[in-house]
Amino acid sequence: MTRRARLWVLAAGLLGTAALFAAACLRMPPFGGTWHPYGDRAVAAAIAQRTANTVSSVNFDQRALDTLGEESILFAAVLGTVVLLRRTPDERRVAPQPASVPPALRRYAITVLPLALLIGLYVVAHGQLSPGGGFQGGVVVATALHLLYIGVDHRALERVRPVGLYELADGVGEGAYVVLGAAGLLAGSAYLANTLPHGTFNTLASGGTVPLLNAAVGMEVASAVVVLLARFLAQALEIVDEKTVDEKEEKEKE
Amino acid sequence: MSVLPYLVAGWIFLVGVYGLATSRHLVHAVGCLAVAQSSTYVLLLAVGYRRGATAPVFSDIPPGTTVVDPVVQALALTDVVVGATVTALLLALVVQTRKRHGTVDPDELSGLKG
Repeated sequence: MTRRARLWVLAAGLLGTAALFAAACLRMPPFGGTWHPYGDRAVAAAIAQRTANTVSSVNFDQRALDTLGEESILFAAVLGTVVLLRRTPDERRVAPQPASVPPALRRYAITVLPLALLIGLYVVAHGQLSPGGGFQGGVVVATALHLLYIGVDHRALERVRPVGLYELADGVGEGAYVVLGAAGLLAGSAYLANTLPHGTFNTLASGGTVPLLNAAVGMEVASAVVVLLARFLAQALEIVDEKTVDEKEEKEKE
Repeated sequence: MSVLPYLVAGWIFLVGVYGLATSRHLVHAVGCLAVAQSSTYVLLLAVGYRRGATAPVFSDIPPGTTVVDPVVQALALTDVVVGATVTALLLALVVQTRKRHGTVDPDELSGLKG
């Protein structure tokens, strides 16, 4: 198909979708209205389970099985990326070179690193109380570690980040979620049911299984992001084509 | 206008699809897919909005306060996570495509190779 013909097909498709979507919007309940049957029930259930953050209650208690699926998507995507970005036989791994970083950047990165790490862990731990949770906090923790790459260099990052260990932690986080779900079965209830004591509302130990599932997800997400970024960084900085290496060596000989 | 937020979501989706279809660079195409997907965040949050309500977190407000719909917010969170992982996987595919075929223009990737 020529580019022109393709644009016509696209235009027809876009206009058709736009018309159908607009027609559907006009029949939707009005924006900002008071009719939210699912929301009202979710809020009532969250308060009954003594989970202050309703979104966490929905994710890790009321829809915990869906979150298991979501976590598995994350796990599978990381696995796929690791396989796709492996070193192939015609490529070689070169040691990353030390890089010079402006002293101000280094100072700020080193100062912010522990702070960001602490905030990330706080967000994971308080997922059942305040906005946040395992997914959000996990990303903050993983990002905090990479301040070392920005502030120092890739070699410093590699020293504190054994990728194998994080790959293991990724699997352990995923496994912990599955095992915690089975705890519901052992307690004589359903899979992933919130069978632990619910604790006092608005305290760190409230919410039953919610903080535990949150911690498992936090662990998985943090390690997943570390593994993903490690693979992409290795592609950018370490893995080179054999041809380029040979050419470089020849130049050096000359 | 009470349907404007829904229409904005539809607009973002269509812009993303247009970019995806007319893209001449695979990284650009992945970015367009992320734009198209982000329309679902707008749609979900627009569906859950309730006038005069606050965030569905009861750590600093008394239970019984009117809050926005937490179910769609949880769905938006799922959406963000899946979107991020799919983007990572697609970018990894783009890296491999560049290595194997030497191009990242979708129009030049029409032939089968095996």
